[in-house]
Amino acid sequence: MNGHEQYADDLALYALDALRGEARARVDEHLSTCAACRLELEQLRGDTALLALAAAGPRPPQRGRQRLLDAVAREARVPAVVRTSARSLWWGWLLGAAGMALIACVVLVLRENLALRQSVISARSEASKNARELEELRRIAAPIIDPEAQRVTLVSSKAVPQPQGKAFYLRNRSSLVFLANNMPALPPHKAYELWLIPVSGAPMPAGMFKPDAQGSASMVHPVLPAAVEAKAFAITMEDETGAATPTMPIFMMGAGE
Amino acid sequence: MSPQPQGTSTDLALVTGLKAGDQGAMAELYDRYSSVVYAVALRVLGDTGAAEDVVQEVFLQLWRKPAAFDAARGSLRSWLAVITRNRAIDSLRKRRPETDIEDVVLSVAPDLAGDAERARVAERVRGVMGTMAPAQRSALEMAYWEGMSHSEIADKTGEPLGTVKTRIRGGLMALRKAFQG
Repeated sequence: MNGHEQYADDLALYALDALRGEARARVDEHLSTCAACRLELEQLRGDTALLALAAAGPRPPQRGRQRLLDAVAREARVPAVVRTSARSLWWGWLLGAAGMALIACVVLVLRENLALRQSVISARSEASKNARELEELRRIAAPIIDPEAQRVTLVSSKAVPQPQGKAFYLRNRSSLVFLANNMPALPPHKAYELWLIPVSGAPMPAGMFKPDAQGSASMVHPVLPAAVEAKAFAITMEDETGAATPTMPIFMMGAGE
Repeated sequence: MSPQPQGTSTDLALVTGLKAGDQGAMAELYDRYSSVVYAVALRVLGDTGAAEDVVQEVFLQLWRKPAAFDAARGSLRSWLAVITRNRAIDSLRKRRPETDIEDVVLSVAPDLAGDAERARVAERVRGVMGTMAPAQRSALEMAYWEGMSHSEIADKTGEPLGTVKTRIRGGLMALRKAFQG
């Protein structure tokens, strides 16, 4: 909570929508300026998700699926836009003789379709931009993570190459890229396990890996707890099925640079 | 990496499909998560018809605003569960929705993608709840499943406001601790 303990209890109530009136307004005001408490609120909502996921019950009636898909079709955003337009124009022309009111309806439909078309164009543009960014990221990351990439570690000409690991961790996205080289070969049925050591609390598993014949390994974005501040990372040798707590001794360890 | 619960497409790919107006993506997401959404809505409302209405509303909200889901912060399953609980409480209390789905951002510690994982989480949550003092469990359940404010809970139980607040936060912290190892 980073020194904001006075909001701790109220934030929990806020996450449950159980805070009302002035108390809620006070928290709203504080949240608008405090990133630490916004983060805590996100984590509290995550805690409430656990309660929700514990709910069990029967499957929903099948009719609900069709009801939803019918509603979605009525709000269709892509091909239906064009079909609706043509049909509306046809019926508008056919019934036009019946009165000006129907013409007004057609105009409204056309305006709506125009807005929908613009949103489709915007969505396609966004998808195209995302695809380009992904391709660029792949291109940049390829020399790092591609198994075919040649890996060279430069050391002092008199030094014997030592095991080395590099963790690149982006806390606010819970994203991690880990690279290792010169790792000793493992005994059968063993694997290395990377641990995220938080500022407070127990070490958290951050992925298993086995080095290749050259002692190199990489992990990209293993499953991690959300937004945990890392004090250090460590590596232990574990059974290849993984461990919930690190088995001593710690093989490698490093703190932030 | 996260196992996919059903089908072959990732949640992120399906949500991207929604942004492009792909109705098939909506059908697949419904097949994947309607059980969770319905279970949460039914737990709050206790009425199948009202629960079906909430299911419809939650998925239509996702269809209309797929960008509201931030995949970097947690699983779609968890996000839908929280959205559903909030909508169901609004329905129970007969009030207008207080929070837009775009404002509901959450971080989730465990990977909750698969059905097997969900069952494990549910069992563990029930275990943690079972270890809480009855008064703490009751306060947390009244706030979460009945949508009662801390003042309403204090009035009902006759306990001081501060005690109710502390119990509720303590309950959530106990859950967090259990899932952070």
